[in-house]
Amino acid sequence: MDIVELSRLQFAATALYHFIFVPLTLGLSVLLGIMETVYVMTGRPIWREMVKFWGALFGINFAMGVATGITMEFQFGTNWAYYSQYVGDVFGVPLAMEGLMAFFLEATFVGLFFFAWERLTKVQHLIATWALAIGTNLSALWILIANGWMQYPVGARFNADTMRMEVSDFMAVLFNPVAQAKFVHTVSAGYVTGSVFVMAISAWYLLRGRHAEIAKRSMTVAASFGLASALSVVVLGDESGYTAGVNQKMKIAAIEAMWNTEPAPASFTVFGLPDLATHTTRYEIKVPWMLGLIATRSVDKPVPGIAQLVGLAHDRIRDGLIAYRALEAVKTRPRDAALRATLDAHVGNLGYALLLKRIRPDIENATEGDIRTAAASTIPNVPVLFWSFRVMVGIGFWFIALFALAFWLSAKRQLDRYRWFLKAALFTLPLPWFAAELGWIVAEYGRQPWVIEGVLPTALGVSNTDPGNVLFSLIGFVVFYSALLVADVYLLTKYIRLGPQTAVVPASRPAEAVTE
Amino acid sequence: MSYDTLRLIWWALLGVLLIGFAVMDGFDLGTAALLPFVAHNDVERRIAINTVGPVWEGNQVWFILGGGAIFAAWPALYAASFSGFYLAMFLVLATLILRPVGFKFRSKLDAPAWRSLWDWCLFSGGVVPPLVFGVAFGNLFRGVPFGFDGDLRFHPDISLLSLLNPFALLVGAVSLAMIVLHGAAWLNLKTEGDVRMRARGVMPFAALAFVVLFTAAGVWVSRMDGYRIIGTLVANAPSNPMTKTVATESGAWFANAAADPWLWLAATVAYMGAILAAALRNRPGFAFLASALVPAGTITTAGTALFPFLLPSSSHPGASLTVWDASSSKLTLAVMLGAVAIFLPPVLAYTAWAYRVMRGPVRERDIAENTKSAY
Repeated sequence: MDIVELSRLQFAATALYHFIFVPLTLGLSVLLGIMETVYVMTGRPIWREMVKFWGALFGINFAMGVATGITMEFQFGTNWAYYSQYVGDVFGVPLAMEGLMAFFLEATFVGLFFFAWERLTKVQHLIATWALAIGTNLSALWILIANGWMQYPVGARFNADTMRMEVSDFMAVLFNPVAQAKFVHTVSAGYVTGSVFVMAISAWYLLRGRHAEIAKRSMTVAASFGLASALSVVVLGDESGYTAGVNQKMKIAAIEAMWNTEPAPASFTVFGLPDLATHTTRYEIKVPWMLGLIATRSVDKPVPGIAQLVGLAHDRIRDGLIAYRALEAVKTRPRDAALRATLDAHVGNLGYALLLKRIRPDIENATEGDIRTAAASTIPNVPVLFWSFRVMVGIGFWFIALFALAFWLSAKRQLDRYRWFLKAALFTLPLPWFAAELGWIVAEYGRQPWVIEGVLPTALGVSNTDPGNVLFSLIGFVVFYSALLVADVYLLTKYIRLGPQTAVVPASRPAEAVTE
Repeated sequence: MSYDTLRLIWWALLGVLLIGFAVMDGFDLGTAALLPFVAHNDVERRIAINTVGPVWEGNQVWFILGGGAIFAAWPALYAASFSGFYLAMFLVLATLILRPVGFKFRSKLDAPAWRSLWDWCLFSGGVVPPLVFGVAFGNLFRGVPFGFDGDLRFHPDISLLSLLNPFALLVGAVSLAMIVLHGAAWLNLKTEGDVRMRARGVMPFAALAFVVLFTAAGVWVSRMDGYRIIGTLVANAPSNPMTKTVATESGAWFANAAADPWLWLAATVAYMGAILAAALRNRPGFAFLASALVPAGTITTAGTALFPFLLPSSSHPGASLTVWDASSSKLTLAVMLGAVAIFLPPVLAYTAWAYRVMRGPVRERDIAENTKSAY
């Protein structure tokens, strides 16, 4: 494997590991805030006990999220040095903002959440809990502004003097529609994860007849919050689809395994077997009109297919080569205004010309065959995207059904009545993680071959590091993370088995009463 | 505000962030580094760990924010330093990863082997990062071999072994001594009884070690080849590190201090901090404030000596990264400065409040009463 494959593998592995812990942190932090709000409003100690019990599990998961997150902040520099140099002027900003606005907030108040129960008033502690939840969610906002820019690089332009992308419009980066849609979709997915976690464990207690009071209350909170979040995930996931349809047409076409343009109104393929070799999909089952509605919000616009988009990429590569040749000339004649004008006129397609670098270093001499190969390389892995997307969406609809049922049972006060329901809730436990990781694959693997859509091919972004170093760190991270994950799951299971009463310190301080 | 002023401000802010990291995260790293020496049984270890338990997480954000801010304000430096020091960085990350989990997982099980395993993880997480960061700083003075190609792609020629040269190791030791002193000053402030007395006992030795090592490093720097920009470098030009000429010259790192004697104040602050911390160790609050001056003075000394260099190249000196040619665009620097001005004060305010809430020493009784929830 070369440096590009190794670096991509390491990024994927560390990001997917990190994302095991992030959604649960997002969801549980808000659920803790809700439960503690009920405690402060009603004054019933059982709600405080709930906050402490779920808080203990939250803490174990939070530590893993922090641990795996440290790597993410520095990995752009260690493994993607050219990427960092090329887009740091834009991409670095949301990362710094995340530290300043979000990490300080969540990290400072997580300490008070765990250590200051006896040192703060009820309301003060509630504020600390919500500050923790807000910090966690703000962090998702900033990282998705960063990620949204990778999908839809607005508000920036190439500067030939510094050989990099530079910000031209901060508001455009900040209010990137892709980032907004992704943020709400991702945090909602986190809320679903937190709700499923609380619901599944509560169901397990009810199945065993333990901690019924805490379990039923927890389940009621999880059911209503989960239902709202599951609806939001699907609706906002659809919004993501629409925004991707505007900018990342190839991603949509790949998810759909749509080898050729669908005339309006485009139909949606529910099932099929995409074949990479022949560029066809066998055994298709299609729903008329649906894709047109998702991708174009209309019934009269066609959705472009893979073959047509490759044709488009071909044209853009040829145009980008004009920019590339002008840029090379600018390096030796920096004051030539005509060259700069040529560069400016074609710079929007410079990234497409850079796709040729994977084929030959002297891309200015690219042949028609090279350009065809480069254009074909814009097709992502169709079967993987096709299936990841469908499984994710299927799981999403299952959540809606399950939460709706739970909500109804909770309203009728029959949460512990049907064992089959409790078992269904319990066995749903792994599904949100499955869906979240698949969502990451659709979003990021679906962006390939770009690291910044249309601007920088992934293969160019890597560091000039010895591949042996990257192999070493890749193995190191995987071994390390896996060992930590085993410890994490072991502790979570142990504390879930112990259950609320024993895992939590007594509310008052009896030892103090004894000594004084 | 002009581009060169913004660059200068961001250079100062880089220093502020590094000092923030060394002062705030420094004492909890130092506490972890002292764990096996000041705490001999499980209860003592838990006392030491719980002095930093509620606050270390917020402190570590100074490190994360440092990474993010270097990325945003000095992208070329971010790309070059982290990919150039690849294995060293991996070592730091690996030990830092162990800290959150170590703190959280350690006391969740009673088994002595489990707890001792995590204690060693916390210990290495306290020793390795200051050592490696010191070694990295030492290598800044020597310069590291790297260049850029026409696309400004960074080409390092740096091996882990070449980073472990005697001078860099000396600076690593300076860094470790300063962090250990700071950690001891913290434990002296936040514990009672045996742990406090042992930490207090460490302070004079750590202070002495710092003074000796810091002086030795200074003498060494005065004799080594420093870097100097030849001719004028336009401080307002677009960031492209390939447009200047740089020469090496013996003792060049003392040129700034020679031109502006006020810069000696930074080193004086570092010395005074160490001496006062040791001398005032019976007044823990003052001693802790004094020990916080040590990283502030040391980092300022190093930063102002290197100025305007950020990362000198020993193989292609002209490609060295400096304050004037390695920053982000003017717009990004301006926007980020605004963000810092708006968002840093509330951070400082609620951090101060959190410390106030958690004030007072950690006692044996606190552990016994909260044996399940404490770290």
